Amino acid sequence: MTETAEPDFDAIVIGAGIAGCVTAYQLARQGRSVLVIERGEAPGSKNLSGGVLYSRGIQQVFPGFLDEAPVERRITRNYINFLNAGSSVAIDYRDARLADPVNAVTVLRAKLDPWLAERCEEAGAVIMPGVRVDRVLTEDGPAGRRIVGVRAGDDELRAHVVVAADGVNSFIAKEAGLRKQEPLNHLAVGVKSVVSLPRETIEARFNLTGNEGAAIAAVGDCTEGVGGGGFLYTNIDSISVGIVVRLDDLTAKKKVVTDIFDHFLAHQFIAPYLEGGELLEYGCHLVAEGGLHMIGEIAMDGMVVVGDAAGLTLNTGLTVRGMDLAVGSAVAAAEAIGDALDRKDSSGASLARYRQKLFASYVGQDMKTYAKAPSFLEIERMYKQYGELFANVLYGAFNLDTQPRQHLFKVARKSLGQSPLKVRQLVRDGIAGARSL
Amino acid sequence: MKRLSVTERLTKNRFVLDEEQSHIEVNQEIAKVTGTGKLIVACCPAHVYTEEPDGTISVEYAACLECGTCLAVAAPGALKWHYPRGGFGVQFREG
Repeated sequence: MTETAEPDFDAIVIGAGIAGCVTAYQLARQGRSVLVIERGEAPGSKNLSGGVLYSRGIQQVFPGFLDEAPVERRITRNYINFLNAGSSVAIDYRDARLADPVNAVTVLRAKLDPWLAERCEEAGAVIMPGVRVDRVLTEDGPAGRRIVGVRAGDDELRAHVVVAADGVNSFIAKEAGLRKQEPLNHLAVGVKSVVSLPRETIEARFNLTGNEGAAIAAVGDCTEGVGGGGFLYTNIDSISVGIVVRLDDLTAKKKVVTDIFDHFLAHQFIAPYLEGGELLEYGCHLVAEGGLHMIGEIAMDGMVVVGDAAGLTLNTGLTVRGMDLAVGSAVAAAEAIGDALDRKDSSGASLARYRQKLFASYVGQDMKTYAKAPSFLEIERMYKQYGELFANVLYGAFNLDTQPRQHLFKVARKSLGQSPLKVRQLVRDGIAGARSL
Repeated sequence: MKRLSVTERLTKNRFVLDEEQSHIEVNQEIAKVTGTGKLIVACCPAHVYTEEPDGTISVEYAACLECGTCLAVAAPGALKWHYPRGGFGVQFREG
């Protein structure tokens, strides 16, 4: 499909987050002219994540990433726990193999994203911060409406391809008709504090040495039973601590989100990690939780959607991913855009190769593998009764109260009898978990 | 760690206030009828929204952390919410 006016750029990327920067970097390295428009006063200033980046994908894009990028700690300890009001049952998974090769790092986005934007500029892309894209420019052609550029204030800028990398709210994808208002069970809100502590204190409290890091994830009483969880991630000299709660459950239970966050911070097993810390920053972020079902159309005439804007986040119960999927989608999109530019055809049919490449990569494959995870994680029992049941069984084993002991199986059966859980629910949830996670 | 109120937490952040225009507008009637008012008061991590004694919702747009949760839970027509103009609003230093 031919275009009327010669555009200003091969590609205009909306949003200098991970998805936007990696797309821009890859395109600039192909020799394309690229403009990145960012509404924050500097790249990263509007961006926030929980903090764990599974880094293999981004290391393929930037081979020096681990040594050169401002990353915090390398995660070698994953501590996953059912956190009840007065008890906790955890898996404490530590593995030296996670450090060699490095698999995941903690990041603070206001520090990481400027580095990514600098790499884009080095590769020849133009970064324009402090500018909000108000809407996309469209033209009606013989094949229907196509996106031809963007409008920001009084300025109009044109490109062969627009890349919507404008985050989970993606006003751009919604305006273009690619995304609709999401149902509330597809969305969660994350609330986070970054708390400053001396690095020696962090290393002692989390049992770490050097640049090792820990990721603690909790479900249960920590969110007052609302679907979601809490987290603590170690940075070099600060801790990212927060909760993520599903909006359907939060609203149904009529809870105040900041009360849940306060409850988590004050929890007797969480507060000691933060003791003596100073708040550095308070933030929040909307999280896509719908998994595969949230990915709608991601390419149309003249535009593709990448990263959070495309609904690419994944909660598998053990790992919570978004930034690595942003990288993968950006790599796939840049390849497809490059092919389309070579063919001088940026129609939706031509850009549809982005979707093929995405689903051929780990991003699409993993979204499919975990397609049933969101509905599994909506099971109410996960957030209260299971944690209590596990703790009661262990209490029966450890509480040597001078009464004769019973075999663990009997203790478990008795605990289950006292729990509102039914055996058939346990079996059903077990099977569903095995199939979906 | 000392327990801080939401207002105290927000003082740690850097904000560039757009003195000229708010990026948030509540339709009081629809917000009341649909229950959106109470929902956005409860769901906003920055306590941007407050229910006044007369039942209307007041908006402290300067405190907004720009997550979009209010828009996600709002009934159609109850809330106009967009990002602030370029360069304005919260500017994370940690993120």
